[in-house]
Amino acid sequence: MFSFCTDPDSLSDLAWMACYLTTGKHMNFYYAFGTVLVLLAITAPAALAFGFAGASAARSRLLPLSLFGKGYIAIVRGVPDIAFFLFFVIALDQGLEYAKHLIVCPDWDQPIRQGNDFIVCQSAKVPLGNSPQWVHKTYSFFVAVFTFAIVFGAFAANVLFGAMRAVPRTQLETAEAYGMTQRQTFWRIIVPQMWVYALPGLSNLWMVLIKSTPLLFLLGVEDIVYWARELGGTKTARFTDYPHGDWRMWYFLALLVFYLAFTRLSEVVLNRVMGRLTLGQATMGGESQRKAQA
Amino acid sequence: MSCVQTIMDYGLRSIGIGERLLPRADFTLCQQFTLIGSGLIWNIYFGVIALIAGFFLATVLALGKGSRIIWLRKPSEWFIFIFRGSPLFIQFFFAYFLFLSLKSVHPFFNPFSSAWAGALVVLFFNTAAYSAEIFYGALQSVPRGDVEAADAYGMSGWSRFRRVIWPTMLRLAWPSYTNEAIFLFHATTLVFFSGFPAQQQRGDALYYARYFADQTFNPFVPYPILAAYFILLTLGIIGLFGLVNRRLNRHLPSDQRRKIRLRPNLIR
Repeated sequence: MFSFCTDPDSLSDLAWMACYLTTGKHMNFYYAFGTVLVLLAITAPAALAFGFAGASAARSRLLPLSLFGKGYIAIVRGVPDIAFFLFFVIALDQGLEYAKHLIVCPDWDQPIRQGNDFIVCQSAKVPLGNSPQWVHKTYSFFVAVFTFAIVFGAFAANVLFGAMRAVPRTQLETAEAYGMTQRQTFWRIIVPQMWVYALPGLSNLWMVLIKSTPLLFLLGVEDIVYWARELGGTKTARFTDYPHGDWRMWYFLALLVFYLAFTRLSEVVLNRVMGRLTLGQATMGGESQRKAQA
Repeated sequence: MSCVQTIMDYGLRSIGIGERLLPRADFTLCQQFTLIGSGLIWNIYFGVIALIAGFFLATVLALGKGSRIIWLRKPSEWFIFIFRGSPLFIQFFFAYFLFLSLKSVHPFFNPFSSAWAGALVVLFFNTAAYSAEIFYGALQSVPRGDVEAADAYGMSGWSRFRRVIWPTMLRLAWPSYTNEAIFLFHATTLVFFSGFPAQQQRGDALYYARYFADQTFNPFVPYPILAAYFILLTLGIIGLFGLVNRRLNRHLPSDQRRKIRLRPNLIR
């Protein structure tokens, strides 16, 4: 990167470090932080949408729909989330390939599962075997996003379901007294009012979401954990201009600090938002704010 | 091979007793159930020991955080912040590489680079931090009247803590603490996915589930088995903690007892 980096062996410690930290691979490492942020930016609204759908389904008066919603919420209670991540990645992949297989190759007569293999016709592969590298990377990234959205959608659904029930019953009765239909009550009364009740749960969820981003590593995305392991490992002079010992500990320390700073920042911001939202509300928080001012 | 034979061979495979080689092809349902169940031994080992040890450290940390002495408060606050503010996954990685480099300093650290000790230490600290935050919250909401009553009886210091504050704190914290216990058990599945290697393929339940999923390229059998085991484990924890909860609340009229409500928004 810098002009003086042509001969690393002759550099002083500080200059060596500057050169070392700006190699091409380190740039990939820094981009990986961007990947994490992009993942968060896409997943958070997606999970919220999934959660909203799940919570509305759980409230539905149609029994199958409400059972589906409740099942979706309940299943994450008992099972480790990481098992979901591992499961959904393969399941989604195979589901897509199987669906495409049914459409593209209708006259395929062999079974899909042959012993230990999952076989679909060549043109049904997702993405196609001959597609460029970036398609594969983007595909695996979006599978990861979708998986995150499903899992965190269930958490969000639980929070929103609770928030919808926390809206005071009298409000709904008033709406009914005005002759609103179920649908109108839901959209005009419940949804606008539920956010105050949902915010503590949702902000907790955001923290949890931040802290689960290293699981991207398990989904096969080249994220910060991948690069920290890759870059930190012992390097001998034969393969690189910057030989060093086992530095993985320091790379993971850097990641630890990154996450601590990120959660701390979110905590401060979310506390501000909560303070704004509770201002003047008829809740415990609003009451204590009023007392503090008086 | 009958199922009983499989259980004899693989029932304790995860702790190194029984057949050495894992099955390689033609997996039966029985094999999957047995091996994944055998891996569950590790999850229970990590969970139970970390939970019991963490309970005591958490009490100390909660008292430290509530203390007026800055030398006690600041370290407790930082401990809790560091372990709650960063992902457990990264903590495992960091601890593993830390122990690896400490190993060359002193042979005392040799066992810590393997999962049974190293990961246990991380889980112990982690659950201590999460529980300490719960206990701290409960400590803050111990009713004033209880403490005043204890004062009136002439209790002070240790006996006041032991007989009044501590039981009330536990009673208030217990529902959240139950959730913490459940999620600690879920968190134990991360151990063999981080730096810690599974020696001679002795892993936990998820390790074997992933083994089967990778070998058969079929996630639809091993993961539901794993899920079933964990749901059973969760139900067991809820039952056990419910008994304790009943005992903690036994002096209260039945309508004032605090029910355990499950809240699943807690991953690390």
